[in-house]
Amino acid sequence: MTWPKSYGGSERNALDRYVVMEEMLFAGAPVSLHWIADRQSGPLLLRFGTEQQRRTILPRIARGELCFCIGLSEPDAGSDVGSIRTKARRTDGGWLVNGTKLWTTNAHRAHYMIGLFRTAGDVSERHAGLSHFLVDLSLPGITVRPIRDLTGEERFNEVIFDNVLLPEDALVGRLGEGWNQAMTELAFERSGPERFLSSIQALIELIRYFGNAPTDEATALIGRLIAQLVTLRNMSISVAGMLEAHQDPALEAAVVKDLGGAFEQLLPDSIQGLLGLELVSGENSDLRQVTAHLVRMAPAFSLRGGTREILRGIIARGLGLR
Amino acid sequence: MSEAVTILAEMVDRLFADHVTMDLIAATSTGHWAHELWALVEKQGLPSSIVPEEQGGMGASFHDAFVIVRAAGRYRAPIPLPETIAAGWLLAAVGLEMPTGPLTLGGTHPEDTLRLQRSGSEWRLSGSIHRVPWGRVANSVVLAMRHDEKTLIVQAVRQGSAVEQGANLAGEFRDILIFRNHPVEVAPWRHAFTDNPVMVVGAMMRSGLMAGALADILARSVVYAGERQQFGRPIGKQQAVQQNLAILAEEAAATEAAAEAAFLAFDRADPEFHVAVAKVRAGIAASQAVGIAHQVHGAIGYALEHPLHTSTSRLMSWRTEFGSDRHWAVVLGQRVLTLGADGFWPHITAA
Repeated sequence: MTWPKSYGGSERNALDRYVVMEEMLFAGAPVSLHWIADRQSGPLLLRFGTEQQRRTILPRIARGELCFCIGLSEPDAGSDVGSIRTKARRTDGGWLVNGTKLWTTNAHRAHYMIGLFRTAGDVSERHAGLSHFLVDLSLPGITVRPIRDLTGEERFNEVIFDNVLLPEDALVGRLGEGWNQAMTELAFERSGPERFLSSIQALIELIRYFGNAPTDEATALIGRLIAQLVTLRNMSISVAGMLEAHQDPALEAAVVKDLGGAFEQLLPDSIQGLLGLELVSGENSDLRQVTAHLVRMAPAFSLRGGTREILRGIIARGLGLR
Repeated sequence: MSEAVTILAEMVDRLFADHVTMDLIAATSTGHWAHELWALVEKQGLPSSIVPEEQGGMGASFHDAFVIVRAAGRYRAPIPLPETIAAGWLLAAVGLEMPTGPLTLGGTHPEDTLRLQRSGSEWRLSGSIHRVPWGRVANSVVLAMRHDEKTLIVQAVRQGSAVEQGANLAGEFRDILIFRNHPVEVAPWRHAFTDNPVMVVGAMMRSGLMAGALADILARSVVYAGERQQFGRPIGKQQAVQQNLAILAEEAAATEAAAEAAFLAFDRADPEFHVAVAKVRAGIAASQAVGIAHQVHGAIGYALEHPLHTSTSRLMSWRTEFGSDRHWAVVLGQRVLTLGADGFWPHITAA
C-alpha cells in the first residue's frame, strides 16, 4: 500500500496501511501467505535492493503473486544471529550456498527467501561478514522440509542448501552489511497490530459468550483485557507514526512486541482460568475452541520475531544499561 | 509535542525540581501545608490552566494539563494542583466562577452520605464526604450530585464544615468534611459523556500522576543500577536486573501512553472510556513496577530517608483513589459487553 506507484504500490501512508492490517486481523482474515513479503521483504528490497530487483519483484508482491520467507535462524543460531554458519562463497558467475536454515516460517509455500548468509570469515567474526540474498526457492539444490508444530500444523520448515548456485545479482544491499540491514527489517516486524492481535478472536468470543449475563469476575477480566488492548493499540499507532516520520523506532517497537506478546498469551490463559473448563479441540463452543487453539499456540508469541529475552535486552540497552 | 507544550513542560519541571525537596515531602506527611509551593504554582497560573481565557484562565489544552499533572506526579508535589485544575475546569464547564486558592474534588467515596436541599433559589448541603484530597486546606470542594434525575455540579466552601484529618499511605492529606445545612452554589451538568464527571476527571488526574511517578521510579532505578556495585560490577550489568528494568520501562511507557490518551480524549468523544482504560492500565503497571523498583534498590530503598518510597507509596495510594483498577475494569467491562462482540471494536477504533 505504501510503496511507490512505479513499483506497483499505492503511495498511501503508514497509518492507512495500519488501518487495513488491523481490520484484516480483527476479521480473522488469512493473511499469513503475503504477510512477510508485504511487511518485511518488500520494504527491505525497497530500501536496499537494486533497481533490477525492485522492478522484477515488488510489482509481483503488490499484486499478491509472491510469498516470501525469511532465512535467519539456523540449528546453531536462534537468538544468536551472529552464529550463522550457512555460507555463500563467491564463484564463477555467482554465489555458491551451503548450509541449513531452520524454523523458517512459510518456506514450504514461499517463492522466494530473503536469506542471511556468511560471505566472509567464520562464526568467530560474529555479525561482520553477513550478507543478504534474494533466493529463488525453485533453484536446484534447495530442499524444504516442513516441520509439524505442536498444534499439528505445518508452518515452519528446515531449508537445506546443497551447492546452490545463486546468480551474481542475488545480493541484496551491501556485502557484509546484512546484520545492520536485518535489524532495520526487524523494526518493521516488531511493532504492527499483528503483535498484539493474534489472540483477539478469543476476546471477541469471550464477549459474545457472556453477552448480557456476565459474572462480576468476567466483567472485570474483560475490562482489564480491553484496557491493555486499547493501550497497546495507541502505542503501536505511535510507532507507525514514527516510521512514517522516518524516525528509528527500534526501542519503541521492542516495547510494543514484548507487551503485545505477553497480552496475546494472557488472553487465552486468563480465559481458561476464568472458565475453569476442560478444553477440548474441536468443541462446538466457539469460545472453548478458540481458547483451546490459542493456549497451545501461545508459547510462540514470545519466541517469533525476537524472543522476550532479546527484546528486553534491547530495552535495557535503550536504558543505557548495556 | 508542540513547542508550546515543551516550554510548559520545562517550566513545570524546573519549578518542581527546584522546590519539591525530600524535606518538604517529609514535612507534609506529618501535617505541614506547603503553602509556599502553592503560592509559586498559583503565580504561574497553573491551577486555572485549562479554564478558558474568557473565564479568567490560561486557556491551555488538556494535553498541557497532562504535562503539568505528570510533572506533579514525578516530583511528588504535595499540593492539590491536579484537583484544583480539575475542579476549575468543572466549574467553568457549568458556568460557575472559579475561586482562587486550592480546590478539591469530593463526593466520590462509597461511604459518603450527602443530601442536597433546595429552598427557593438557595441550595443547602448536609452530610459527610470521605477521603477528600487535601480537604483541610482547600478553599472549596467541587462535587457532582444527582438531583431530580439530573446531574448537578455543586461547589461547597470548606469554611463552616467540620474536618476530620486523615492521610493516604504516602501521608498526603485525605480528610473527612462534614456539612450541616451548608449553603452551596449549584449548576446543572449538561455534557452527555458521563453522569459522574467528578469521578471521571479525578481518575484521569490520578492516571496522569501515576505516569509521572512511574517515570520517577524508573529513572531512579536505572541510575541506581548503574551506580551500585556488587560482584565487582554495577548490578545493572546483570541480565536478571536488566530484564526486570525492561519490564519496569514497559509498564511506565504503557501508563504514559494510556494516561496521555485519556487527557487527549477529554476534548473529544467518550472520555469516560479512555479514562477507565488509563486507570486500569496504570493500576496494572503500579502492581508490577513498584515491586521491581524496590527489588532493584535492595535494602536502601526500604529506608525511610531514601526517596523511593515517597513515589511507590503514592502509586499504591493513587491506584485506588477515584476508583480502583478493579472498579474501572468493571465499568469498562460493562461498557464493552453492552457494545457487544460485534460493536466494541468499531468503538475502539473510532476515537
